[in-house]
Amino acid sequence: MKDQSILLDHGSGGKLSNELINSILMPAFDNAILEAQEDGAIIPVNQGRLAFSTDTFVVDPIFFPGGNIGDLAVHGTVNDVAMCGGVPQYLSVGLIIEEGFEISQLKIIVASMAKAAAAAGVRIVTGDTKVVPKGACDKIFINTSGFGFIPDEINLSASLAKPGDRIILSGNMADHGVTILTQRESLEFDAPIQSDSAALNTMTAAMLKAAPGIHVLRDPTRGGVGTTLCEIAKKSNIGMKIREKDLPVDQSVMGVCDLLGLDPLYVANEGKLLAIVPPEQAEAALEACKQDVHGKKARFIGEVVADHPGQVVMQTAIGGARMVDMLTGEQLPRIC
Amino acid sequence: MSYQNLDSFRDPEVAKTLSGLIAESCQSPMRIMEVCGTHTVSIFRNGIRDMLPEDITLVSGPGCPVCVTDQKEIDDFIQLARKKNVILATFGDLMRVPGTQSSLQKQRAQGRKVKVVYSAFDALTLAAQNPKKKIVFCGVGFETTAPTVGACILEADRQGLKNFFIYSAHKTVPPALDALMSMDTVIDGFMMPGHVSVIIGADAYLPLVEKFSIPCAIAGFEPNDILASILTLVQQKEAGESKLENTYSRAVSPVGNKKAREVMEQVFDRVDASWRGLGVIPGSGLSIREEYERFDASKAFELPPARSAAPKGCICGAILTGKKIPPQCPKYKIECTPTDPLGPCMVSSEGTCAAYYRYHGAITKVY
Ligand code: SF4
Repeated sequence: MKDQSILLDHGSGGKLSNELINSILMPAFDNAILEAQEDGAIIPVNQGRLAFSTDTFVVDPIFFPGGNIGDLAVHGTVNDVAMCGGVPQYLSVGLIIEEGFEISQLKIIVASMAKAAAAAGVRIVTGDTKVVPKGACDKIFINTSGFGFIPDEINLSASLAKPGDRIILSGNMADHGVTILTQRESLEFDAPIQSDSAALNTMTAAMLKAAPGIHVLRDPTRGGVGTTLCEIAKKSNIGMKIREKDLPVDQSVMGVCDLLGLDPLYVANEGKLLAIVPPEQAEAALEACKQDVHGKKARFIGEVVADHPGQVVMQTAIGGARMVDMLTGEQLPRIC
Repeated sequence: MSYQNLDSFRDPEVAKTLSGLIAESCQSPMRIMEVCGTHTVSIFRNGIRDMLPEDITLVSGPGCPVCVTDQKEIDDFIQLARKKNVILATFGDLMRVPGTQSSLQKQRAQGRKVKVVYSAFDALTLAAQNPKKKIVFCGVGFETTAPTVGACILEADRQGLKNFFIYSAHKTVPPALDALMSMDTVIDGFMMPGHVSVIIGADAYLPLVEKFSIPCAIAGFEPNDILASILTLVQQKEAGESKLENTYSRAVSPVGNKKAREVMEQVFDRVDASWRGLGVIPGSGLSIREEYERFDASKAFELPPARSAAPKGCICGAILTGKKIPPQCPKYKIECTPTDPLGPCMVSSEGTCAAYYRYHGAITKVY
């Protein structure tokens, strides 16, 4: 490929498109289903239930400490399928690339997608590439869809939380959101902060094996842990009580949040999960979570209660109580 | 009380002791105004109300810089964003504040160049990077922000930048408290803002304490800082005293930050300023001195008089003066929410209505 940046012709469907697909995408996502180059992927299916999810990634900046838009796009969809109890198997990838985008950067992104997919044990079996005129999108947008089958004995839903259930959070809150913010605004902090972007399907599989009775699995992405808990409380019509002292946050991340007036409870994560587990399986689920590389800091953060249905209440670190409400709109850093 | 490290400012045992002492000392109803929006949020976030006797009412004051920004000033920002060739640089908090017709967020959606920055210096960098554009910074804030903005003007002067402008809507806190005490508000004690006090120094409040005989305490932002300041306010009131206690002496000195104040004096003149909800307060605003006039956006750009009208039905004024609390506003949570706000108090991260919206619920004392 001679040109060093993306031209509109790369999206024309003609020779350059073919060259782009064959020289960059195919070798990276290397697998037989994709190589068949049909109009769609032809996939043998078993019977059962299918978890299917799609998400579009428009993150700015596209490269950040701990990852880039490519592996993020794989992780995000893998996690969505995994949170439904599905075992993620196949992904589709839609690329929208801005004219002028450097091909060397595209290669890096595609390589990390391939690496992330391999690590998660999923295959990228179909895709699409569009190039839009300069200014019509911001560098590169990526859509991924994915699916996986749900084992028969698993039944997960945000509406299944029951009083007495215990709430597990798999690690520190707010790492991804704070990383993106500090990068985007070139805020310079001494402390190394890095996105937690990761595929959690190995973790969910292990947890479901140890505790097949788990009621809810969710990854608290945008809106953070606070909003996700509120959603579950509303859907299940139960109350929740959580303890501030048990909510894990990295010191440096907390420092940035303090400085900008952000509540880590509402900041996005990309490699964390919340599990709502019946009491008798709670310890087993927590143990399984802790065994995973991404779950070392997992812990119980609270319980599901019958009181105040639909609402989440937090016992604060100093012993007070306060409501936890959903995030409304984007958190905007404060003024002083 | 001496603390070893930050953890002790959040230590539940210390908190328990402090709230026990407050309950013991408090014999009669008391209304305490927390002047600063950061205090309001910290009080909610830490569930402090839940730890106080019912006799103590905490009301929020005019200490959120976004909330007290006059409607005309917001409208001027919007007009500036509409100008050709202008990049308007602003703190994030201002984006959603509704002007009479529009908001900066809506302007940005319509393609105007509005950029969220974290410091006036970011705006200065923008100016250096975009020599063909005019960068206008929305200067909103109290004594905490004004010195940095002043330093920026001096730096722009040094660099000889010709495309950097500040619209100064800065305000100063002590005159507002004076004005507030002269109104028909019932306040039995002031919790003074920590950050502002770092700059102006504790002594700056002495005239207020003397003039109005009112208990005052300078407070930090950690929960135990706040509880300690409430304790001294309650004790003062019960003892019939009114003095200034500095419970944040680890950051606030009697004279404050001299250098910051000098920069402020060098760059700004004190002028009368219009506060949302409080009206015009003499000597409470900071306008750019003649010497640095070329950086003054209000002079460099033509700003036809905006037909500014405060949002109908919004009782921000009563909220900012501690006369009412947000649930008493008929629009609260019905027509006015953080995503679709009527007044700035619902938008700013330090706004009282926003804090109530996010944290205030029927549930307290359950655990
Ligand atoms: S709730 Fe809304 S309308 Fe009412 S005072 Fe607050 S900002 Fe104004």
